[in-house]
Amino acid sequence: MGRYILHRTGAAIATLIAASIIIFAFIHLIPGDPVYVMLGDGATPDQVAALRQRLGLDEPVIAQYFIWAGNALQGDLGQSVFFDTPVTQVIAEGAETSILLALITMVWIVGFGIPVGVLAAVRQGRWIDQGLSGLAMLLASVPTFWVGLYLILIFAAGLGWFPSSGYPSIFEEGGLSNLRYLVLPSLALAAPNAALILRLTRASMLDVSREDYVRTARAKGIRPSRVVVRHILRNALLAVVSAFGFTFAALISEAVVTETVFALPGVGRTVVQSILRRDYPVIQGVILIIVCLYLVINLLVDLSYRLLDPRVELE
Amino acid sequence: MTGAHTTDPILSVNDLVVAVAGRIKIVRGVSFDIAPGEILGLVGESGCGKSMTSLAAMGLLPPAIGVTKGRILLGGTDITRLAPHERVERGCGRIAMIFQEPMTSLNPVLRIGDQIEEAIRVHDPDVVPAVRARELLDMVRIPDAAHQLSAFPHELSGGMRQRVMIAIALACRPSVLIADEPTTALDVTVQRQVLGLIRELCDTLDMGVLFITHDLGVVAQLADRVAVMYAGGLVETGDVVPLFAAPLHPYTAGLMGCLPDPDSDDPLLATIPGSAPRPDEVGDGCPFAPRCPRVADICRRGAVPVRHTDTGQAVRCHFPLNGEAST
Repeated sequence: MGRYILHRTGAAIATLIAASIIIFAFIHLIPGDPVYVMLGDGATPDQVAALRQRLGLDEPVIAQYFIWAGNALQGDLGQSVFFDTPVTQVIAEGAETSILLALITMVWIVGFGIPVGVLAAVRQGRWIDQGLSGLAMLLASVPTFWVGLYLILIFAAGLGWFPSSGYPSIFEEGGLSNLRYLVLPSLALAAPNAALILRLTRASMLDVSREDYVRTARAKGIRPSRVVVRHILRNALLAVVSAFGFTFAALISEAVVTETVFALPGVGRTVVQSILRRDYPVIQGVILIIVCLYLVINLLVDLSYRLLDPRVELE
Repeated sequence: MTGAHTTDPILSVNDLVVAVAGRIKIVRGVSFDIAPGEILGLVGESGCGKSMTSLAAMGLLPPAIGVTKGRILLGGTDITRLAPHERVERGCGRIAMIFQEPMTSLNPVLRIGDQIEEAIRVHDPDVVPAVRARELLDMVRIPDAAHQLSAFPHELSGGMRQRVMIAIALACRPSVLIADEPTTALDVTVQRQVLGLIRELCDTLDMGVLFITHDLGVVAQLADRVAVMYAGGLVETGDVVPLFAAPLHPYTAGLMGCLPDPDSDDPLLATIPGSAPRPDEVGDGCPFAPRCPRVADICRRGAVPVRHTDTGQAVRCHFPLNGEAST
């Protein structure tokens, strides 16, 4: 196990280095001089020279990378051109919203997708399965922003159960009750992913239920519910767990859209605004953090896979 | 078609009909008895309904397939159409099964010990599961039982896994063991050990064994009695020695003709011309008629009666091979 973790972590670090080179190069790959792009046409030569120096662009390219990467390792992602504050601070301001949104979304995905997928598989071919599978197909096919707009229309504008936009921090007035601001966005974000997990759980359950060892379990005379949970679900989850890494990647891109629809002050919205403001250091910083998160989550998925399936070799 | 018995049968299958979607019959009116301590070899080509017969007896038929007629009695209790857990609830679960593929018949993510103890808890609530599990592994001759209980299936060889399957079956304290081609997937030497183990357990535990195979050599070596199945029905039953010495049904004789004969100069194995009919192609007459060398018009019309011999054989044929069989 120790060697396995070491091996996987090594691979993750190598990926991170490769990704950091690409993220760094991004500023040089954009056509034109990045400083002019950022400052616009009306920039004075003094402003250009100042920004060039602040971004370290007067150093050789290789040296620039090592300075940037070295600073990043120490938690310094540079200065935001627009806000003139550290990038880490800009990101941190959106982090609470985004992290809570992601967590609540995962609760919906796991709490709805897996049990309902099991239910559909156990009732395969009955009306409840057909109804749920149809619903899953619908949710997986419609875009997140569309779901979001309809949720606002029904539950915010129509019924008035939840607020339609914004999010005051849970550390401000209102405390945990401010989480109600995240209910509709998280539902919109969860819908296509929960549908995916539902369909994957159902398909995987049906696959496993045809395995010989499930017949062996039935032959023992144990209760059908125990056969489902201990023998079918346990093995079916192997496929579902490995899908979580991809679900996370999907969440990141969909979160950008969702945060925009619901006007949430999250990292996704920060990225969109930074792109519009050509605030390259912020964009680079956010992408680097997303890559790190993605690698960590996939590392955890790999490790949990090893715990769930004893056949996965240590090497 | 039952042979003469002195003891009461422990498993009795009467006129069993199994059909797909209630219409296409894949087992048509099969009857046999198994006495305690007796091994009945059920022989036939693949697709003849042997496995469906055994799954019906075990209550494990796939969803779209069901018993449409007939009865299965275990120790006199009707267990037809009951799933294994329903049998346990009604106190008639003393029947267990081992399967063809030991490599896929064990749950890959659970330890051997857990898989055995699961069956013990259901069938033997009064014993300490861990102790009984060790005892069972000793019974099926798995060396270093204490250590193997914590192993995962992929850490064991095919032969060892089949022994674990037998241990799981024995955990149900079965009075009848169904073995569906349990050695087909194993090496020849391992095959012999597993067959020896089944014979020994049958004798010491006084279990009835339904042994399903397409391998006549295995039947000759292991079984006390033989039932030959063709296209969903039994064509011949009898004690193993007389049946092998003088098969009565042309199909049985044909099957034996397919065994390699070391004394023969003919380098080619004999085959039965044609192929077995699909379940939806079988009509009223003898299903073997289209391939039979002794076929006559009468064979294609109506049900064929069963004839018995004084050697205890029974055959469903108008023109059995030794002419002495009487209706």
